Amino acid sequence: MNGLIQVDNLVACHGLLQAVRQVSFAVAEGEILALVGANGAGKSTLLRTIAGAHPATSGTIRLDGTDVTDAPAYRRVASGLALVPEGRKLFPEMSVEENLLVAGRRARPGRWTLDAVLTAFPILKPLRGNRAAVLSGGEQQAAAIARALMTNPRVLLLDEVSLGLAPVAVEAVYESVHALIRDRTTLVIVEQDLQRALSVADRIVCMLEGRVVLESVTGSVTREQVTEAYFGLSRVNTSSAKAEHSLGQQ
Amino acid sequence: MNWINAIIQGVFLGGLYALFACGLSLMFGVMRIINLAHGDLAVVGAFGVWVVATRWHLSPFIALLLVLPAMLLLGYMLHRTVLARSLRSGPLTPLLTTFGLAIVIQNALLQIFSPDVHSLGSLTGSISTGSWRLTSQLSVPYQGVLVLVVAILLLGALQFILQHTGFGREMRATAQDPETAELIGVPASSVYARATAIAVATAALAGAFLAIHSTFDPSSGPTQLIFAFEAVVIGGLGSIWGTLIGGIVLGIAQTIGATLDPQYSILAGHLVFLAVLASPRGRLIATGTAIT
Amino acid sequence: MTNSPNPATSTKWAVLRSSPASRICSGAMTLIGAALLAAPQFFGANVVQQLTSLFIFVILAMMWNALAGYAGLVSVGQQAFIGLGAYGTILLSQWGVQPYLAMILAAVAAAALAAILSLLVLRLRGGQFAVGTWVVAEAIALLVALDQGLGGGTGTSLRGLNVYPREVRTAFTYWLTLGFTLLLVLLLFFLLRNRTGVALQAIRDDEEVAASLGVRVWPVKFALFVLAGFGCGAAGALTLANTLFIQPQSIFGVQWSAYLIFMVLVGGLGTFEGPIIGAILFFVVQYEFADLGAWYLIGLGLIAITFALFLPRGLWSLINDRLHIRLLPVGYHLLYPRVRGPGRGGA
Repeated sequence: MNGLIQVDNLVACHGLLQAVRQVSFAVAEGEILALVGANGAGKSTLLRTIAGAHPATSGTIRLDGTDVTDAPAYRRVASGLALVPEGRKLFPEMSVEENLLVAGRRARPGRWTLDAVLTAFPILKPLRGNRAAVLSGGEQQAAAIARALMTNPRVLLLDEVSLGLAPVAVEAVYESVHALIRDRTTLVIVEQDLQRALSVADRIVCMLEGRVVLESVTGSVTREQVTEAYFGLSRVNTSSAKAEHSLGQQ
Repeated sequence: MNWINAIIQGVFLGGLYALFACGLSLMFGVMRIINLAHGDLAVVGAFGVWVVATRWHLSPFIALLLVLPAMLLLGYMLHRTVLARSLRSGPLTPLLTTFGLAIVIQNALLQIFSPDVHSLGSLTGSISTGSWRLTSQLSVPYQGVLVLVVAILLLGALQFILQHTGFGREMRATAQDPETAELIGVPASSVYARATAIAVATAALAGAFLAIHSTFDPSSGPTQLIFAFEAVVIGGLGSIWGTLIGGIVLGIAQTIGATLDPQYSILAGHLVFLAVLASPRGRLIATGTAIT
Repeated sequence: MTNSPNPATSTKWAVLRSSPASRICSGAMTLIGAALLAAPQFFGANVVQQLTSLFIFVILAMMWNALAGYAGLVSVGQQAFIGLGAYGTILLSQWGVQPYLAMILAAVAAAALAAILSLLVLRLRGGQFAVGTWVVAEAIALLVALDQGLGGGTGTSLRGLNVYPREVRTAFTYWLTLGFTLLLVLLLFFLLRNRTGVALQAIRDDEEVAASLGVRVWPVKFALFVLAGFGCGAAGALTLANTLFIQPQSIFGVQWSAYLIFMVLVGGLGTFEGPIIGAILFFVVQYEFADLGAWYLIGLGLIAITFALFLPRGLWSLINDRLHIRLLPVGYHLLYPRVRGPGRGGA
């Protein structure tokens, strides 16, 4: 069944190291997918490759049936794919409002305008004229999500939105995420907090060392099963991972 | 009074240097490239205006209006064909590429036009020769004022574009973080190409005014590149108005040097540049901020 | 680092300093070196002069490559030191120093000036460093041209060498050139073979990360800049001895930088052998085409651009990638195992 995002046998490398190894999955329209895994499992690289910030070594990425594997990132944005990158990455010397306006300039038609976004993230309203560099972590995260929304995406990829934030700030971020969920926005969320991932998502994909080791509807999997997959405890022979060194391929 | 005259001339010379520095600063601010062919592209512009003005008997200012769009296109194509590729290959490649370009342009001009020195001053009539006499010893030349006014207008326009237009915002965003800019839909390569187009057009403008102010020949490029670079460093990297101040400081240094001895004028500029580099301010230069 | 349990597949990872091929090449180099030394015995003064030119180019290419290829410093102002070496020699011989000694001292003086200038110029990076070095070269050229005692703008010649008959003069100049070449090769070799060499690669790849890892960036750049000043100064002095007459605008001219960039780009930036290949090629090209004037330089520029864009690692990379040889054992080779078996390409 073809989803809004269709990833097949995707391989992505950092130099000689394969960070994403033969990953395949699909995201249906309106679905919330949680992508979990330990540090270094390849989740961020996977999202970045889907968004076009990282080159794919092999495999395909399809957005609503169209092959975008070789398309530059800005074209994927024009087709409705937006990534909120790890580390927020606001333009530090520009104001919050300017950050939003840049994203909105070539945006697809849709309901997210500057006013709509500021209404959805009221925390940003008094900050709109401030330089992005002086915002707190939570404020920056809100701004980064708002900025991605300004492009009116069909699917939003959220990479580690709770990283480095105080619990209060994380709550605020997920408040807005819930609002997006109620809106039936398609979301792919990378999240290290398993509990939160399971509570928010419809489906969960767990990665380990670049591969998908568990994929399930959140209702039919227990937290313990996910934890086992997360740490690779369910593998019959952990040393088999070493034999799969596929470094130095021609 | 000689000194005051020198300072006044220096300010106007500074206007010309600011015109040259503007494009160099823009390309560095947006793309982190120092275009080593910048001076030579200005000379291309000067020759372009010269050819159009002499062949069709037009005023150089009209000729300039015709040449500028062509230079915009040249800059755009230059990026699309050569510079875009060099940006992908690492930090050294744009330098090597633009240097190679400088050599090619200089020698191509030499081949086409011969080493003869030209000037547009004679074609602009009273503008380049006339001046306001303030006192018996102080005079303010028309073309000096013109160049300064044009420089201020150009820098002001650039500042406006950068701060208040969508295109300018895209340029600033791409300058600060090209990868994230792409992630929100901004095509970095297209932004760079347009920035290059503007930079080359301003270079042509500066070249035309150089031709009106004094003389030019196929090998004038490197000298102007050096002056432009010195103006940018003296005035502060990444600042639009700093470019004007830097140009004026450089101009004054040169004219005061010339008052001491004509042979010292350019050297005086170099010394001021080196002095700025040696100062505490010089230590900050390597960090080179993006256009903010 | 790991051994696959399957004995039919991979071998161990290994790090080598030199391979059999490069050892053979080193041996061959020694033989060639001996042959070169004997050249003046067998060839006339004209040929010896040409050989001297060739080795001057080799010196220059090696120096520029040391700066750009190993430290990432693109200098467009090395002509400053070339000119200083030449004019320093003139100055010293005017003070009564024996010409050949004057050349050596002038090179040392150029190195000393490089040390002083580095305080200013090494503050800059990238394109700013390039133009900064160019400004320095122009400033020095202007200062020299102002001095009438050094011939001013019209140029001057090294009279002290006229006492020697031409055969002797060209032979001595040639041997001195060979001596400098060997000295610089050795200096570079030792610089690159030990930790400094690896530090240089790290700096070239990512200066900030290297610094954060404790690589002391500045001393390394300083050492290379001074070495390049020394080498280029020597080249300038030797050029003077080879051609006897110089003018400020040509000895301090930026076309030297154009030649250097051409040689190193075409030969292979960042490798030991690349500059040598580039110098030989440039020597041939110069010999054949220099009379074409502007077209010659246009051609050089276009070729440099083409290599920068499409073959940045130069001609040597074409040879090296196939044969994996190095003329001198600098650097490290990583041998990694070819894995065969079920692990490959599987899910």
